[in-house]
Amino acid sequence: MTNETTGREIRQRRGVTDTMRMKKWRGWLAFGLLTGIAPVALAEYGLNFPEPATPIAREIFDLHMLTTKIVTVLMIIAMAIIFYSVYTHRKSRGYQPDLHFHKGWFGTWSWVLVPVMVLGIDLTIAGSAQSALERMWDAPKKRCTADSPPEEKCYDMIVKVIGHQWWWEFQYPDEGIIVESRFVPKEKAGDLYLREVDNPLVLPVGKKIRFLHTSADVNHAFWVPELGMKKDAIAGYITETWAQLDREGTFRGQCAELCGTWHARMPIVVASVSEDEFREWVAMKQEEKARAAAEASADKVWSRDELMAKGKTVYETKCAACHQVTGLGLPPAFPPLKGSKIATGPLGDHIRLVLDGKGNMPAWASLNDLELAAVITYERNAWGNDTGDVVQPADIRAAR
Amino acid sequence: MTAATMTHDEAHHGPPKGIRRWLFSTNHKDIGTMYLVFALIMLFLGGLSAMAIRAELFMPGIQLLEPDLYNNIVTNHAYIMIFGAVMPAAAGLANWMIPLMIGAPDMALPRMNNLSFWILPAAAVMLVLSFIVPFFPEGGSQINTGWTIYPPLSVKVGPAMDFLIFALHLLGISSVLASINIIVTILNMRAPGMTLFRMPMFCWTWLVTAFLLILVVPVLAGGITMLLFDRHFGTSFFDAAGGGDPVLFQHLFWFFGHPEVYILLLPSIGVLAQVIPTFARKPLFGYKSLVGAMLIVATLGMVVWAHHQYTIGMSMGAVNYFMIGTILISIPVGLMVFNFIATMWRGSMTFETPMLFAVAILVMFTFGGLTGVMLAVIPADIQYHDSMFVVAHFHYVLLPGAVFGLFAGVFYWLPKWTGHMYDEKLAKLFFWINVIGFNITFFPQHFLGLAGMPRRIVDYNMAFTEFNMISSIGALIFGLSHLLFLYIIVKTIRGGKKAEARAWEGAEGLEWEVPSPPPFHTWETAPVVR
Repeated sequence: MTNETTGREIRQRRGVTDTMRMKKWRGWLAFGLLTGIAPVALAEYGLNFPEPATPIAREIFDLHMLTTKIVTVLMIIAMAIIFYSVYTHRKSRGYQPDLHFHKGWFGTWSWVLVPVMVLGIDLTIAGSAQSALERMWDAPKKRCTADSPPEEKCYDMIVKVIGHQWWWEFQYPDEGIIVESRFVPKEKAGDLYLREVDNPLVLPVGKKIRFLHTSADVNHAFWVPELGMKKDAIAGYITETWAQLDREGTFRGQCAELCGTWHARMPIVVASVSEDEFREWVAMKQEEKARAAAEASADKVWSRDELMAKGKTVYETKCAACHQVTGLGLPPAFPPLKGSKIATGPLGDHIRLVLDGKGNMPAWASLNDLELAAVITYERNAWGNDTGDVVQPADIRAAR
Repeated sequence: MTAATMTHDEAHHGPPKGIRRWLFSTNHKDIGTMYLVFALIMLFLGGLSAMAIRAELFMPGIQLLEPDLYNNIVTNHAYIMIFGAVMPAAAGLANWMIPLMIGAPDMALPRMNNLSFWILPAAAVMLVLSFIVPFFPEGGSQINTGWTIYPPLSVKVGPAMDFLIFALHLLGISSVLASINIIVTILNMRAPGMTLFRMPMFCWTWLVTAFLLILVVPVLAGGITMLLFDRHFGTSFFDAAGGGDPVLFQHLFWFFGHPEVYILLLPSIGVLAQVIPTFARKPLFGYKSLVGAMLIVATLGMVVWAHHQYTIGMSMGAVNYFMIGTILISIPVGLMVFNFIATMWRGSMTFETPMLFAVAILVMFTFGGLTGVMLAVIPADIQYHDSMFVVAHFHYVLLPGAVFGLFAGVFYWLPKWTGHMYDEKLAKLFFWINVIGFNITFFPQHFLGLAGMPRRIVDYNMAFTEFNMISSIGALIFGLSHLLFLYIIVKTIRGGKKAEARAWEGAEGLEWEVPSPPPFHTWETAPVVR
């Protein structure tokens, strides 16, 4: 409505309607959530990244906080403009539409100004990201020597990360040890179920570690938030990352690429320890490895009970994820072993299947002769299969 | 052939009776209706799958769904929503409105139009079969790969994958044929005086969308055919042991997959461009700049696909390029959002349901777009990638961007289609429950992602429980609200206050000059546009 004398607009008061009140409430709620809660870091698990454990992870955290703040400010501005307009420029308040608004200088120049402003924000963000990106991507490719200065782009040790369906294998080629890392069942893991493993990835603080990733089957991804690290594990590829832990602690991650049935149950645990503790752990692992090798290659004839006991352990660690502790499997994907034709049929076929794999079942030839003899003995006699067969390591050696 | 010489029996005898009317339809209004009904059914099917997902994720533990069944439902939820609900609904709006808006009597290729639609129910059957086959003996494993169906996993999946590949081929053919129809119609059948720069923005958005579809659907078709060959004919396109490359599939998929999100978005942007000027009673702020922005979005959107693949191990140069390209898309998108806000600004607005959705879209889509900029930044994306943060982001751009835009279009044009005004009170109630439910469902998921919860997992550590519970409760509210949507639509079809030809006070355009509902044939004589 216009004042006929002055030509000025008279805005009729309609008061605050319910629609306007609800819109404002919604706006404030979103604003409050974004600004009040979003940046608050609750270290346990809360609402933001967990506490970083490498310099790169810290850079990522800072970058994330920067973009979050920019996004929050932009949202406040956009919502303020929109809600002001919704409140003011409405027919129920008598506002007349400005039919020439798009023809003024704002209409002509805003299509230059707005892109330039957005470009400015974009360049700020991209610029801040550039150094973190380069530092992260430029993985060290040569080994550090005794007289490498600390800032040199080199690595002190290598870890190979191999994704399997549905567990992780960590190889330490310099130390000559292999760690197989599997989930811990709920009964033993309790509150840490899906975040706890039997054998963690133990790493020394302060060392520059070069990681090489690949997969034995389908695509997986190695993700540990505290390390600021995520890399796909792809069969036929070797991808690389690097990290230098700057604090001790236990850092938990998960597989981050859908890899089939138990993608949800492939946790990763990094145990970051002092150099001394790491050396002790390596020594222990090397000893274990030597003992297992000696045991497997001894010309001992193993008793049925010894094989069953050892076989049960091997089975429940490595086979039960698919074939279940009960031997009932999860058909059709994972066939039962209880009463199966393979486990009660010809021994030679059973050994061949376990050694070579078939279809979705991987080959287990990487286990040593004793482990294979034990697990096959167990499978042939447990759950009422009772074939009476006792397989010796020598039988496996002959079959390879 | 001019409109004036087109006469046939139907003008005197009305549309054919019974099933023939629908099975053999060459009428853009009927085909539009069929697309919309199909999309509505698929919306509920996709919604059911979402309810199943959120029910399983309500608490830690595996309560309802075996892991592979869960992974299959996650896969199907995406395919049903994208290819079954959003794309057909957008095609339905296109079929109904484009001829009316440009003053054309029908689409350029009416028989091909019929084919484009009827392929869809067949494709839906294939999709459903891909879900059912594993329940039968020798049916093999479920499709547990997610909608991205990456090899090597997708090569190992049982026969169900072949049904899915077949369904995708059918869906792709339907889209490409419909796109050809739309392009030919828009370029050739505009009324005299309607230059390209005078036609409604909704037609522009569909013109660009149609070109995008024709460019990228064949790439997906190529990729899934190579997958089929790897599965059955001994090839090794994606098998490293045979000399192939699993990552090649990812590139082929995402070369389609990224422009696909603009395909999903643009028709809804077109709806916004019709709705906002109507209810602000003010012309679109920048017609040419909106067209320009849209063209830049489409072009840039074709060359940034690998921002979905930052963790595969690309070189520094490649990854840097994709980051910058992706960040730059915020410029034209920002221009589009600015355009709509500037259209509202100093207008004389009323807030009927289409406008309520439009304003909600502007706020929430902007937010989703901004989390997209966060995701574009590679070092930070290393933490966000494949986490629930991504799930939250794309639901904030897809639901407000595509789905709510379609809802706005449905409410906006229901009076035109049915001749009745819908129940405004009920519709506003639907809007509020829907939007509040949506936010309760997806806002907490950002924090789940930041805290370290991956996506596509059937079970999670108990630390993630609270936000998952909130999200699932929101999903229940959000999901149930769609029953109200269905009720409103059915009620409007059956009756309601009579709608004028110009059903909305501020509405401009040729479609508002034909009666509500329009006769079976409209614009048999082309109007002259001054």
